Amino acid sequence: MLERGNLSIAGLAFEEARPEVRPVIGQNIRIARGARLLLDVEELIVSGSGVTVLMGPNGAGKSLLLRCLANLVAPDSGTITWGGCPPDRARAARLGFVFQRPVLLRRSARANIRHALRAAGVSRAEAAARADQALAAARLSHLSRMPARMLSGGEQQRLAIARALALRPECLFLDEPTANLDPASVAAIEATVIAAGRSGTKVLFVTHDAAQARRIATDILFMHEGQILERRDATSFFDVPKSAAARAFLAGDLVSEAGTDLDGAFGSGA
Amino acid sequence: MISDGRLKSAAIAIGVAMGLMNAPAAAGDFIVVQSTTSTQNSGLLDAILPLFTAKTGTEVRVVAVGTGQAIKNAANCDGDVLLVHAKDDEEAFVADGGGVERFDVMYNDFVIVGPDRDPAKIAGRDVEHALRMIAEAEAPFASRGDESGTHKKERTLWRDAGIDPAAASGAWYRETGSGMGATINIAVGMDAYALTDRATWIAHENKAGLRILVEGDDRLFNQYGMILVSPERCPTVKAEAGQALIDWLLGEGQAAIAAYRVAGQQLFFPNAAGSM
Amino acid sequence: MHDLTNAFAETFGLLVSLDADLLEIVGLSLWVSGLAVLIAGLIGVPLGALVAVARFPGRWAVVVLLNAMMGLPPVVVGLAVYLLLSRAGPLGPLGILYTPTAMVIAQAILVLPIVAALSRQTIEDMKLEYEDQLRVFGMGPRGMISTLIWDARYSLMTALLAGFGRAVAEVGAVIIVGGNINHVTRVMTTTIALETSKGNLAFAMALGLVLVTIVTAVNALVFSLRHTATRSAYA
Repeated sequence: MLERGNLSIAGLAFEEARPEVRPVIGQNIRIARGARLLLDVEELIVSGSGVTVLMGPNGAGKSLLLRCLANLVAPDSGTITWGGCPPDRARAARLGFVFQRPVLLRRSARANIRHALRAAGVSRAEAAARADQALAAARLSHLSRMPARMLSGGEQQRLAIARALALRPECLFLDEPTANLDPASVAAIEATVIAAGRSGTKVLFVTHDAAQARRIATDILFMHEGQILERRDATSFFDVPKSAAARAFLAGDLVSEAGTDLDGAFGSGA
Repeated sequence: MISDGRLKSAAIAIGVAMGLMNAPAAAGDFIVVQSTTSTQNSGLLDAILPLFTAKTGTEVRVVAVGTGQAIKNAANCDGDVLLVHAKDDEEAFVADGGGVERFDVMYNDFVIVGPDRDPAKIAGRDVEHALRMIAEAEAPFASRGDESGTHKKERTLWRDAGIDPAAASGAWYRETGSGMGATINIAVGMDAYALTDRATWIAHENKAGLRILVEGDDRLFNQYGMILVSPERCPTVKAEAGQALIDWLLGEGQAAIAAYRVAGQQLFFPNAAGSM
Repeated sequence: MHDLTNAFAETFGLLVSLDADLLEIVGLSLWVSGLAVLIAGLIGVPLGALVAVARFPGRWAVVVLLNAMMGLPPVVVGLAVYLLLSRAGPLGPLGILYTPTAMVIAQAILVLPIVAALSRQTIEDMKLEYEDQLRVFGMGPRGMISTLIWDARYSLMTALLAGFGRAVAEVGAVIIVGGNINHVTRVMTTTIALETSKGNLAFAMALGLVLVTIVTAVNALVFSLRHTATRSAYA
């Protein structure tokens, strides 16, 4: 609580506070459904700042890995730690999560943010002020009093991200947040995410859109068949993908539906 | 049943809290009379009790159920006065210590009603004969079947006629398990015979196709009695107010009973000991 | 047929005349059932939410029990409350038998499982959508329950309405614990039962139609509230 208090006074200077959930570490994470191994990750350490894009075809296990790290799904085996300790509820708000389909409460846009802040223990007055700041930063101030669920798809997702950022998270996980959104909203969300990464938040962004990954990533985790095949900085990954799967993925990327077929082909070979 | 003082005070606290929700309930003194449907359905109590309230300021709350249930409720101390019509049971209740003393208040009489075309041909006959003919013709008969005063009376009459209608239960003998009015409604619906007190019958609106076929027999006499629930057995009984109501009904109230008429007919005949 | 025609004429007469006795009876009906639903709601909604959110051994048994209790026969509830409140019963010292309070208690008990079971269903459905998001906020069961109750508020109105409909229409419980005492505990349904037993079928039916009219009006009110809510995407 003390750190959080400092945070609110220090405004953007949250790097100064003792990290609570970083590094997020997963070790020997395995999830199987029957004979099929959905996730098999030996070790993953999420720390520092910047935007890491978790990329790969559909069914590669990206979302599942993200959910495991966020303590939303318990792996069959392996351990997750946040800041060196097992995940717990008290620190959950320090790890933001944005879902592919935004889950907005049946309240106004402003109340959505305020409620999340209140749940995290922020005082009433401060929650109101921070909600307004967050709406302004997301250019949603004019929709402040609107029922959140009446906003357009793009506005809803921007609100969900603004809400996650209002909690000033150390880590922000986004699970294909721009799927099915209009280009303007996609651009706005990408800009927000990049800015968050630059100002000290560790962003873990799931997408199967290679073009999007090129636009936002500082580094890349390429997943396939439940495994992390490559972890490299973005420039070198896109210049010379090392794994066959990544090369095939990048080559076939224009045919976005190819992911599933590819998945099946590799599945039988593995 | 509650011996623990704390539990009792907690219960009272709840009661006080509940009392706050009780806005529409009338305030002031009241007593609860456990009585029968016949006295209420006939309109008698609604007509005469306001006279008592005007005189004494005591409101009278009437719970109208079958005689059996009325006596049972009184035995549970859920009432101050009993006004029912089953003399044997009333005397048993007093003998048992549940009530203080039983007084005759008034009487009316029972009649046998039945369909206008009278399939068992009982019109004008005496009760015993009429019941035998109903049984012989196996004509439908609607019985209260609810252990009420009327039901007990009816069973006595069958027994005296040497018939066990229970053997025909579900066939021509139909036990409704309902109040008098409801039983008349059922008799109307089934074209059945039924034993009813005259007061309920006269006041009953839905007679369609039924009429009185047997009446005037001595055995159809229906005596009402009144009992103060024992304050010794039930400390919550409002003995003074309850006794006041009894005294009033046995005295001044007798004239009010005699004066009550429906459709020009007197329904109840006062016969308290002092007034006879 | 004859009584039915009369009933419509009498209903119209009753509604136009706004007879004082009728108003008293209607008022007491709404008061008793309304208060019963309020109490059942204050207990039943959080209870339903708790069962929806909490994970504990035997939870399924509680769900089955709640659903089964929705069909509690009013007369059985009435009898049980009578035995409790009777002077000879454990709560006899309260002296509240044959009062509107007793009727409120009986109806609250009758309605509680309906409100709780329907609330559980509503909130469990909403939890499917919300759970991950609320966990990400770091909410525990308590925060989840209050968030879900608030966000399901318009759907929960339907649960309360179902309870109200059940309460205001039942006769079995109130006639036993209320005693149908004139000007004290006489409500619409007990009046209908009484008038039926007096053979005043047209009048009884007319009262029945008044009851249906009132219940319909309450439903219409809540429906319009929900409709507004749906339009603003709160429901």
